[in-house]
Amino acid sequence: MRVRLRNPDRELDIDGPATVTSLVERLELNRESVLVIVNGTLLAGNRDLTNEDDIEIRSVISGG
Amino acid sequence: MTAPERTLKCKVCKAPAVMHLRQHNAAFCADHFVTFCRNQVERTIHKFRMFPKDARVLVAVSGGKDSLALWDIMHELGYDVDGLVIGLGIGEYSSTSTQHARDFAESRGLNLIEYDLASQHGFTVPDAAKSTNRVPCSACGMSKRHIFDSVAVEGAYDVVVTGHNLDDEAAVLFGNVARWQTEYLARQHPVLPERDGFPRKCKPLIRLGEREMAAYCVLQNIEYIVEECPMAAGNKHLEYKDLLNQMEVDSPGAKHAFYFGFLDRASELFATNFESAEHTNSHGSQETLSPCVQCGRPSSNDVCAFCKLAERAAPTSEPVAVEITAHRDMIDR
Repeated sequence: MRVRLRNPDRELDIDGPATVTSLVERLELNRESVLVIVNGTLLAGNRDLTNEDDIEIRSVISGG
Repeated sequence: MTAPERTLKCKVCKAPAVMHLRQHNAAFCADHFVTFCRNQVERTIHKFRMFPKDARVLVAVSGGKDSLALWDIMHELGYDVDGLVIGLGIGEYSSTSTQHARDFAESRGLNLIEYDLASQHGFTVPDAAKSTNRVPCSACGMSKRHIFDSVAVEGAYDVVVTGHNLDDEAAVLFGNVARWQTEYLARQHPVLPERDGFPRKCKPLIRLGEREMAAYCVLQNIEYIVEECPMAAGNKHLEYKDLLNQMEVDSPGAKHAFYFGFLDRASELFATNFESAEHTNSHGSQETLSPCVQCGRPSSNDVCAFCKLAERAAPTSEPVAVEITAHRDMIDR
């Protein structure tokens, strides 16, 4: 599945299947520091992701 | 083999959840998550006696998730709230941030005051950082505070609210404790009362974290600047937030316990430092505030720190008193 990461912006191809939580863990991201946006909205961590999903992982940490 | 996770349901209506708040051991659907955020803000305003329902409120808007979410929540809760955005001159980052603030205000029919640092004072935040040889966040913060204060007093607003959230406050507390900066610990409270020409300032988002604010914006279709400020690289607070989030993963609620434990059980211990810090200069002598000879704002010196910064950053420009360049009709009401 295609995953777009923001701030800094980059794209990754990840082998499925995965849930929201397992995707974050596989990318070694802190679940408290990111938001996973699937097809423009949010899904709880245990929801399954498919190859057709538009997935964005957005950092929520700001320094200002 | 790991057991499959059970489907998370909204704590209120049992519909499929979109947000799991481990620190509250609760999950919410989109509608009830939005309601949860608004209730948390209303509860904070009442608990800390921030301001009454009929107060004229000025929200400091950056174009980021926190300030736009705060503006939306305050508006939805029925408060009379205008926005103030400052053009800081940080290239595309500033222009995009300002545009998000404009788009948000227009979409909800709200009043946005725009104040441009370069056109009003002849310098930008990058100019200031270069001229002072200090971290940009220092000059940026000083400039923003000066302008927020000035516009709030000029516009006769009852209170300035800022989008500082739980992560911000916990990170600042962590930094202040790590260095035992007791004068800063004394000031770290979600309410700073009005005094000597400075407006009342409040932080209604302290019960909500950065992740919740980003989620609120996504669910409310609020476009905000996702990119980090290019001048914030190396900012210590980013490191502290990362450390605190590592703790939070293993111990949900750790950030809340750290910050609210401080407010409940420790902040009063530093209150005497606040009293003395308010009236004591860096040499330990008692001081009084008088109008800055250049801008007229309260200052402990003849020339206030902001005007000194402006002189260094834009030596050829004439310092000017605050002038609000947009929506003047609104200020006069």
